Amino acid sequence: MAQTRTHFELFELPVSFDVDLSDLSQRYRELQRVVHPDKFVNATDRERLLSVEKAAVINEAYQVLKTPQRRARYMLELQGVSFDDEKDMAVEPAFLMEQIELREALSEVSQMADPIATLNSIMADIKKRIAGVIGGLREGLEQGQLDEVQKNSLKQSIHKMQFLNKLQEEAEYQEENLLDAL
Amino acid sequence: MALLQISEPGQSTNPHEHRLAAGIDLGTTNSLIASVKSGLAETLPNENGEVSLPSVVRYTENEIVVGANAKSMAAEDPLNTISSVKRYMGRGLKDIKELGGRRPYEFVDTDSVVPRIHTVAGDVSPVEVSSEILKSLKIRAEASLGDSLTGVVITVPAYFDDAQRQATKDAGKLAGLNVLRLLNEPTAAAVAYGLDKQEEGVIAVYDLGGGTFDISILRLNKGVFEVMATAGDTSLGGDDLDYAVAKWIMAEAKINDDASHHQMRRLMRDACSAKEALSNAGSTELTIELDNGSSWNGSLTLKKFNELVAPLIQKTLLPCKRALRDAGVDVAEVKSVVMVGGSTRVPEVRNKVSEFFEQELLTDINPDTVVAMGAAIQADVLVGNKADSDLLLLDITPLSLGLETMGGLVEKVIPRNTTIPVARAQDFTTFKDGQSAMSIHVLQGERELVSDCRSLGKFALHDIPAMVAGAARIRVTFQVDADGLLSVSAREETSGVESSIEVKPSYGLTDNEIETMLRDSIEHAEDDVGARMLREQQVEAERVLEALEAALADDGHLLNEAERKVVDNVANNLSELCKGNDLRAIKDAIAEVDTAAAEFVARRMDGNIKKALAGHNVNEF
Repeated sequence: MAQTRTHFELFELPVSFDVDLSDLSQRYRELQRVVHPDKFVNATDRERLLSVEKAAVINEAYQVLKTPQRRARYMLELQGVSFDDEKDMAVEPAFLMEQIELREALSEVSQMADPIATLNSIMADIKKRIAGVIGGLREGLEQGQLDEVQKNSLKQSIHKMQFLNKLQEEAEYQEENLLDAL
Repeated sequence: MALLQISEPGQSTNPHEHRLAAGIDLGTTNSLIASVKSGLAETLPNENGEVSLPSVVRYTENEIVVGANAKSMAAEDPLNTISSVKRYMGRGLKDIKELGGRRPYEFVDTDSVVPRIHTVAGDVSPVEVSSEILKSLKIRAEASLGDSLTGVVITVPAYFDDAQRQATKDAGKLAGLNVLRLLNEPTAAAVAYGLDKQEEGVIAVYDLGGGTFDISILRLNKGVFEVMATAGDTSLGGDDLDYAVAKWIMAEAKINDDASHHQMRRLMRDACSAKEALSNAGSTELTIELDNGSSWNGSLTLKKFNELVAPLIQKTLLPCKRALRDAGVDVAEVKSVVMVGGSTRVPEVRNKVSEFFEQELLTDINPDTVVAMGAAIQADVLVGNKADSDLLLLDITPLSLGLETMGGLVEKVIPRNTTIPVARAQDFTTFKDGQSAMSIHVLQGERELVSDCRSLGKFALHDIPAMVAGAARIRVTFQVDADGLLSVSAREETSGVESSIEVKPSYGLTDNEIETMLRDSIEHAEDDVGARMLREQQVEAERVLEALEAALADDGHLLNEAERKVVDNVANNLSELCKGNDLRAIKDAIAEVDTAAAEFVARRMDGNIKKALAGHNVNEF
């Protein structure tokens, strides 16, 4: 069975951090055209089950390849990096301090003179930081086979990204609350 | 010389006969059924030429009346005449009380999570009431099309949660329909519009129905409809606009909160008429009959009406904003805005939506029928009448799905706006030494606390082997199928001991319950349950054989001679048994065919996947 094919193999793409998104989505649509459950409504039960499974695998692979952070993490996993021990991961104190400051700024947004403008500037800041981490991941992953030191440093970046994503979610939640109150 | 076959009039010349399929818009206020006839989707009228069936069911001591005749009795017989039942689908009693100050029916106090409404004909559940509406549409379609329906697509609001979807599918089954797919209403509308106009690019569908609101953002590309994000409110619609007007009338006419059921029903009816009148008038006159026999006269201006409904319209714009953000697109990227649902006839709704999306709106397809037409188009494709169709709908989950973890928190397993079908697993562990069972609580919603999300089901995984705390590895897998329905399974991985579980629907019905209800209704009709079950198995066997035959015709080369022989043998066996009446033997033979063809099916699927990208790679060189 072809179960062990990587996401890149499934889409017949080279393993690379740089993915042409419009090409990727075209490949995705072509794959879904042949596996989607809508094509198997009149098929046997087994075919229907298999189609749901395959369509789910293709959906998952597409999401991973489409999203820079998930793509980076997946590429590291392909190189044997495990993310099981996330809880033991140490993050640089400086980064943590920044996080705490950003979080505090977020929690004080509603008391500012212009909460929406303040929130927008925080959100722009988070976006910039995320772009920075992604840039670092790209650079690292384009080196091909990585040594342990490199792997660890990229793993750290992924970890940072998770912090930033949480922060972004929170900011969006705040934004919704602010708009709701209008 | 071989004799040539001449087809009968009306008979399809295709190798596979034309199958009858229909799309059903099961609405809060009105329901419709449509079918594709000679390539065009058409709504099917009743014998009086009316296409909209009021979603109202009246129970009397000796009959069940559906539609206009039930609706006209609503004010006179309010407790036995059920309207807007869609609002109760997949909801518990607790939710219903929250929905408004006053409910027009007598809800029965039961232990069941499924609310039951007390009527003169006995207690009925929302699923049963809905199934009466569906049955009525089924009869209409079969009379109009001249034969029984092979399958139907039923539409649901995109923002419906799992329990609401499950309840809708149950209602379909209970009505004796083969539900091919549950389709999201905005997606259905996009299909009806998109195919007509060959649109490409990003579109928004704003769907304000009688009781629900949806906004969906879709990307169209060569027949593929990719839903990027959806948001909405399952208890916001035209009913609420009426309610706002009714409340204003109550204040003006000094009608108290404890007025009679009859008074309340009349008020809602008059409020709705006033709203409709204001779609093309600056003001409207009101005459309200009061309980004491007198009446109140007044007038409602468009300006006042707009004021009354402004907060409700505003409530729909927040989800629009969120959907755009989730989809990652700006207002400027939205090429078209499709308006769906009767409530989009309200001029102020159009004004505000047009303002929000900064463009003219698409309103040229009747907003009442567009959903049913889109559903009919998909149903036609799904039953196989259009083998070469490019149509493909890639829909998403509207709400996040997760599990309860320690401290009453929700861990998301599948985030909202994930393309379906999807399967995702999450690993959990035990927190006590020797813990042998684990309780799994499945939730749907965006909030962090269990108490703020909707509980879809609770179950336990038993027989976990004794281990120290944290050593067990319990993998919980969520799977959402193409109908948007969730199933959850769990197993302990380290020991290899498998304990699987099934989600017990909280608000839907179990298959057994449906079977019992079907049995009851059939017994009522003095039909023969055994004969019906045999017929069903025979139809299933024919479907399986036909599917296998078609697959072998296309890809028979994937099997060697010996393998082919095995498959042919079991298929022939099934084909023979099918002519007899041994229910059990037919069932077993279907399973045999399934097993024998397993490898063939898998090879075929993989072959198709490789073929799909083949053209692609050639182009690149």
